Amino acid sequence: MSDSQVVVHGAAEGAHHEHLPYQRHHFETYAQQSDATNFAMWLFLLTEVMFFGGLFTAYLIYRNWYYPAFVQASHQLNIFWGTANTAVLISSSFTMAMAVWSAEVKKKSSLVLYLVITFILGLVFLGIKTIEYSEKIEKHHVPGFHYSLQSFVNPQSDPEVYKEYKDKPLPYDMARHTEIYFFLYFAMTGMHALHMIIGIAILGVMIFRARAGAYTTGHVTFVENFGLYWHFVDIIWIYLFPLLYLISRHQ
Amino acid sequence: MSHISPVLWQFLVKWLTNFSLYPPQASKIAPQMDALYFFMVLVSLIGLTVVILLVTAFSIMYRQKKHPIPVQIEGSTMLEATWTIIPLGLFLIMFVWGALIYFRVYTPPANAMNIYVVGKQWMWKAEHPGGQHEINSLHVPMGRAVQLTLISQDVFHSFSIPAFRVKREAIPGRYTTVWFEATTPGTYHLFCTQYCGTDHSHMIGDVVVLTPDDYKRWLAGSTSGASLAQNGERLFASLSCTACHNARPDARGPNLANVYGSKLILANGQSQLADEAFIRDAILNPSQHVTQGYAPIMPTYQGQVSEDGVIALVEYIKQLNSDYRIQQTTTTTTLLPEGEGKATPAGQKPAGQGMVNQ
Amino acid sequence: MSAATIVSLPDQSTARIPRMNFMSKEKGLLSWLLTGDHKRIAMLYLVSITFFFFIGGALAGLIRLELLTPQSDLMATDTYNKVFSMHGIIMIFFFLVPSVPATIGNFLMPIMIGAKDLALPKINLLSWYLYMAAGILGLYAMATGGVDTGWTFTTPLSTHYLNTNVITTGLAIFIAGFSSIFTGLNFIVTIHKMRCPGMTWFRLPLFVWSNYAASILMVLGTPVLAITLVLVVLERTAGIGVFDPAKGGDPLLFQHLFWFYSHPAVYIMILPGMGVISETVSTFSRKRVFGYTAVAFSSVAIAVFGFFVWAHHMFIMGISNYSMLVFSLLTMLVAVPSAIKIFNWAFTLYKGSITFETPMLYSFGFMGLFTIGGLTGVFLASSGTDIHLTETYFIVAHFHFVMVGGMLMAFLAGVHFWWPKMTGRMYPEKISQLAALVTFIGFNFTFFPQFILGTLGMPRRYATYPPEFQVLNVFSTAGATILGVGYLLPILYLTWSLKYGEIAGDNPWQATGLEWQIQSPPLTENFPAIPIMDHEAYDYEWLEGQKEKVASVG
Repeated sequence: MSDSQVVVHGAAEGAHHEHLPYQRHHFETYAQQSDATNFAMWLFLLTEVMFFGGLFTAYLIYRNWYYPAFVQASHQLNIFWGTANTAVLISSSFTMAMAVWSAEVKKKSSLVLYLVITFILGLVFLGIKTIEYSEKIEKHHVPGFHYSLQSFVNPQSDPEVYKEYKDKPLPYDMARHTEIYFFLYFAMTGMHALHMIIGIAILGVMIFRARAGAYTTGHVTFVENFGLYWHFVDIIWIYLFPLLYLISRHQ
Repeated sequence: MSHISPVLWQFLVKWLTNFSLYPPQASKIAPQMDALYFFMVLVSLIGLTVVILLVTAFSIMYRQKKHPIPVQIEGSTMLEATWTIIPLGLFLIMFVWGALIYFRVYTPPANAMNIYVVGKQWMWKAEHPGGQHEINSLHVPMGRAVQLTLISQDVFHSFSIPAFRVKREAIPGRYTTVWFEATTPGTYHLFCTQYCGTDHSHMIGDVVVLTPDDYKRWLAGSTSGASLAQNGERLFASLSCTACHNARPDARGPNLANVYGSKLILANGQSQLADEAFIRDAILNPSQHVTQGYAPIMPTYQGQVSEDGVIALVEYIKQLNSDYRIQQTTTTTTLLPEGEGKATPAGQKPAGQGMVNQ
Repeated sequence: MSAATIVSLPDQSTARIPRMNFMSKEKGLLSWLLTGDHKRIAMLYLVSITFFFFIGGALAGLIRLELLTPQSDLMATDTYNKVFSMHGIIMIFFFLVPSVPATIGNFLMPIMIGAKDLALPKINLLSWYLYMAAGILGLYAMATGGVDTGWTFTTPLSTHYLNTNVITTGLAIFIAGFSSIFTGLNFIVTIHKMRCPGMTWFRLPLFVWSNYAASILMVLGTPVLAITLVLVVLERTAGIGVFDPAKGGDPLLFQHLFWFYSHPAVYIMILPGMGVISETVSTFSRKRVFGYTAVAFSSVAIAVFGFFVWAHHMFIMGISNYSMLVFSLLTMLVAVPSAIKIFNWAFTLYKGSITFETPMLYSFGFMGLFTIGGLTGVFLASSGTDIHLTETYFIVAHFHFVMVGGMLMAFLAGVHFWWPKMTGRMYPEKISQLAALVTFIGFNFTFFPQFILGTLGMPRRYATYPPEFQVLNVFSTAGATILGVGYLLPILYLTWSLKYGEIAGDNPWQATGLEWQIQSPPLTENFPAIPIMDHEAYDYEWLEGQKEKVASVG
């Protein structure tokens, strides 16, 4: 472990130790502080993996059991919006990385710019998600709230989707299982969206503090660690997109 | 001693003679399981004694007054190996022995007679193939292998007969099985051991083991008329199963005679054993159990037939070893034109959406 | 006769609590509620978990009172169901899981590794607030109707068949889970990144190793519980069907997800206790723990293997025979490291110099009772006997032996052992030894008959039972009364000692360990200067050298 390289400050003889203003008192060096907080963020992301893991497990099992239902239910998702969202998130990860770089090279204006762009991209993502969710609500594809099997037992009643995929009608007992697919869709994207909302809120705070110069004095850990969180949320989406949107799309 | 009141004395005597540390052994597997249990008790006693002896002996030998200077010892790989390998070895013996008993308890012999048990809040319903129904009790013959096919109508329950040393969860949505062979006539406790709500502790009953003669007498005396299979046959017709499963060469559904116990090739190419669970699933989730060569047109009966009804249907299909009964029932119904797929008793209007509940 | 003791206190006529310490540094309620000091947070936790322990204990008293008679005469069965559910929930999530890590671990672990605080003090405080919020929400759920799902929340019972405060309680446990995750996260980061110079991994006290292993479990396992509770709440509110067989869901999926956390949870609960025992047994034998490396690695082995055994709670639920084989085998494997530890502690006594102060008595109690509890776990790991014993009082006895006879005894051992360090005062020795004895006797009377009841077939969670089980139940309740006294006494005399206990000084036990080389109670920053670790853990020769150094001065 490389973590034994703790440098002892000259505190032994009661000397006043000099430390950077943003170094917390219980750390011996700034390096120890940023190392520790960075490690803490990685560990936190690991807990998030376990958290989403339960949903991924349920997805794996039910997709295996009810594949035809999952295929047809997946056809109900709008691939245009899904791809757009993926592009939006990947771009926002890029701009976030640029923001971290800006903080590291102490360029305040570019840091603020990139944070703002990331913020906006995040909002765009949520906006697109809202559009998608309202489509689902209209079509009564929300589990537990007047869920309708019409589009699955009678695909021709849904001309847009039918034009693209020409699905065969599902038997009723298999069509029922589309409700599980949509539950997983809403749970997984909803949990993801919740994490986006939290991230965007923190971004908002960060923009204000960045403008005040908090991150361009050499204390970049907060931006770096937030960047990790943002990339993680992006990666979750990169898993969600094919799993939810791309089940057997070939005609 | 003579000053103890007679009441207390009687209580003591009764208690001592009735008191036992383990339940009666009333099944074939019970002594086998008890053997493993007592082996484990022995090993545990020895292990505990070793630990207590070590701690006590060391505490006395090396107490501060007697041994004021401690000797710093790092450890001993030999000792570590010993107390790793010996417990591991003993545990592995228990693992193998226990696994063998587990397999035995949950692998019914082929000649076992089957009784269905449906658990619901808060009672057990036992359904014998001959049509006998029991609530919170189970009459079984001694000396015969008895298999229980369990299912729950609502939440998890667990069917437990301590005297037989068997226990099995009754799960909503699928069958579970367990079997036993009772050896001693008598009445034994039946418990629900999976917490299931308000009256969980009242979901108890009696398992009555009868001699073969007594059992025959009981069977004769408690039948309600139709056997399970007969009920199943009625349901089979009234749910319009005969519309497709009518044993005709051009039938839309596979012939069900002798299907129970056979290996079916499904539409996806896989082969599956047609046991009770398969038949139940085929009724409730037909689109995933389509036999090869047939179209996936069977509607689901989920919500239209209760677990008791499904049991009756399963039992009927199990008994079906010729086309005779099917053809008999089919000729008493007329088929509507192609595309409707609903059979009706001759001369009557079509039934509603197959809404027949039993 | 004067009992042999290693206690060495300063001259009581002149001794004083150090004027400058973490408790006196700042005064006022806000300084406690907004503190970042790990020691103050530990004290906050200590008070709160004691509060919840007594609520859980009162519920246990009600259970045992009801079970005095075969009929359900003390309360309606619905009420009884609520009582045992809430007893389990409070004891597990609001007492056992945080007990040693959040109190003793929080207080001592940074000091043991030579750090000034945990890596993330604000997160530490957040952990406590989350715990309090969860606790208050849980109490609210209790007061406004209770919950009767059992602590296991089995679906579909909890999702479709009960109309009690399932959602509120689920949320409370969800929040408590995050408290636990943040504590574990904090511990792992601290142990990795903040050890003082010279403090290599193999110089760490075994208490740190145990808490590290438990923290891994907290961090990786608890999120799965969190998502499972979310699913239960969603199923209950929206009827989505994820666990509902009528909609194609699988109630067994809930079991897998739930036990994936809840099995590691029991190791979260016991590992820190085992860490305490390592410390006390070595101190009161005056020697290094026998087989230090074996004990350290076995802690991690328990944590790792603990993740692979969850389905042994599901042997009779229709899992396949092959699943059973895998999980039964792995469960046998996870039993071995615990056995290794017991033997290592026993052999620590070999050629030691042993005294029998209260922490040592509790430790002996732990060793005996945990051995019984652990061995009966093997009865359950063997799938054959599990068929007969599962879901009966055998299980209840098994887990109370390991949790109460094991963990709670270890917790009390730790509280007594580090009481002088945390408060600067000694507890009264004679009455505490009496309390330990009373607890031990009461415990055995309460829970040993339950093994027999379980073997006889008496099911768990029964408000009424067949009359032939009454005698053993009466025994058990009688024992519980004694046990209650044994738990009440420490509250009384420990509180008394805060004002009237003898001044302890830095190192009343003459122990090794960095925490004993600083003042009692410690300074806010723990060390005036960051120490440099130049000796092994449990190095009594080093300690002798220190004493000679001091003696040779002046």
